[in-house]
Amino acid sequence: MNFKHKYVFLLPGLIVLIGILIFPIIFTVRLSLSGWNSFNPGLDFIGFKNYVRLFTDDPRFWQSFFRLSFLAITTVFLQYIIGFALAHMVWKDIKFKRFFRVLFLIPMMTTPVIMTVIWRTFFHESLGPLNDFLSIFGVQPPWLSSPSLAKVSIIVVEVWQWTSFMFLLMLAGLLSLPKEPFLAAAVDGASPFKKFIYVTFPLMAPISIGAIIIRLIEASKIMDTVFVLTSGGPGTSTETSSFFIFIKGLREFQMGYAATASFTYLIIMIISLTIIVKVLTKVLMRE
Amino acid sequence: MPKLYTFLKYFFVILWACFVIAPFLWAISTSFKDFNSVTGGATYIPWLQFEPTLDGWSVLFKPGSQGGINIIGPYFNSIFVTLTASLISIVLGTLAAYALSRYTFKAGFVKNNDITFFFISQRIMPPVVLSIPFFLFLSTLGLLDSLAGLILVYIVLLMPIAVWIMVDFFNRVPKEIDETALIDGCNPFQAFFKVVLPNSVPGMLVAGLFCIIFGWIDFFFAFILTFTKVQLLPVKIVALNSSITPWWSLSAAALVSVAPLIIVAFIVERYLSKGNLSGALK
Repeated sequence: MNFKHKYVFLLPGLIVLIGILIFPIIFTVRLSLSGWNSFNPGLDFIGFKNYVRLFTDDPRFWQSFFRLSFLAITTVFLQYIIGFALAHMVWKDIKFKRFFRVLFLIPMMTTPVIMTVIWRTFFHESLGPLNDFLSIFGVQPPWLSSPSLAKVSIIVVEVWQWTSFMFLLMLAGLLSLPKEPFLAAAVDGASPFKKFIYVTFPLMAPISIGAIIIRLIEASKIMDTVFVLTSGGPGTSTETSSFFIFIKGLREFQMGYAATASFTYLIIMIISLTIIVKVLTKVLMRE
Repeated sequence: MPKLYTFLKYFFVILWACFVIAPFLWAISTSFKDFNSVTGGATYIPWLQFEPTLDGWSVLFKPGSQGGINIIGPYFNSIFVTLTASLISIVLGTLAAYALSRYTFKAGFVKNNDITFFFISQRIMPPVVLSIPFFLFLSTLGLLDSLAGLILVYIVLLMPIAVWIMVDFFNRVPKEIDETALIDGCNPFQAFFKVVLPNSVPGMLVAGLFCIIFGWIDFFFAFILTFTKVQLLPVKIVALNSSITPWWSLSAAALVSVAPLIIVAFIVERYLSKGNLSGALK
């Protein structure tokens, strides 16, 4: 095929993307080497001072990072189990199949911040329906003001919101599977349980990996939910990396330091996601 | 055993359905309450447990000068920004995806897969990392607090999705289609626009749906990059949350903003059941 045409197809998109992104990325790196803050706005050069501070003198950043890892892995794990189970359940014969399918798709179509505003009223300690229901059992847990329960609330909202995306990817995968292996299993008289372990699950492994990776990438950006539901509180007990950078950069206006945190965080994310992809591929594809 | 499985299946599916629906039912009920019914503790059923009013709803459509919230402006801003950015992303993404699927690129160690990965990897970037430089970038261009600036940013957000779905889609469209057209004397552009594109409408619709979803549900960029002149719906609604929360109008506004995408859920389900989505989403 003709040589020149391919660039006409590719370059518009590539140039627009690079054009919009190149400045922010270079600027973030440069900003991370400066002491830009609200008293001293400007691109001075202070070397690696910010990086030294981040690595040696800021447990809050690292706590927020481990908290984020915990939240991302927990929520994606739950979403995968529940999403796969739901997809498997409405895959074949079930009454009101299409009704359930539509219903299970709805949460991912709703704006996270807006639904979280609703969830916040839902979790309200004295006026919300959840504690109204639990008061039957004589308990009124402080869902948003206790450090551990606030994490639980965030996990509940994240699972509510994004299980539907996992459900969509898994159902699309299930519907695209070839029929022959299932016929063979039926001829051999395999029980439903065995059929799942030996036929469905291995066939779904590549799709599972893809879905988990996509969700991990998106979950590592948890921000909207935390912002509305707890604002990182109580204290800093639900603060994630994104939220930490947001506070440092756009609330305390330590732009230089926030850029350092951003860049470090980005590098860690890229490295750890690459490792996760490799490990998951090994574990799920061993059959 | 199969009976137990069937029972568990229905039990779990119905349980999850209740969980999915719960916040919506709560929001619908709350949207008809007034100050007294909200602060009096959790109630659910109108007339029986509280006296319903339409205040929460009517306040949405009054201008700010009459104590209203007026979400109509932000609503149209949101629609405009989402649709425009999605359209641009689809056009650019489809062209790029076609090139990546049909031609071979090689520049040093960079090959087709690396370019595709570069497009998709933009989704790894947390919005907050980009927000500070974007803020300064847009203020340099004078595009802060404007629709054009937001659209520019949303293209970065959405084009990776379009490329991801379309590369996969084109890989599934048989190459013979374009080859036949080329033999018939079309140049590559004619072959693309006259033959390949008409066959790609399903893929582009799926990509479009996903761009619309992920554009519509974004909050953070709109929150950082706009202030007063331009407001998008999520920002407007979250702003309500920070004042002394009027739960009733908050719930009504949330329902109004969530409604249009519920239709998308029906469309996506149709695609799924017809088997058109399975190819485009893997």
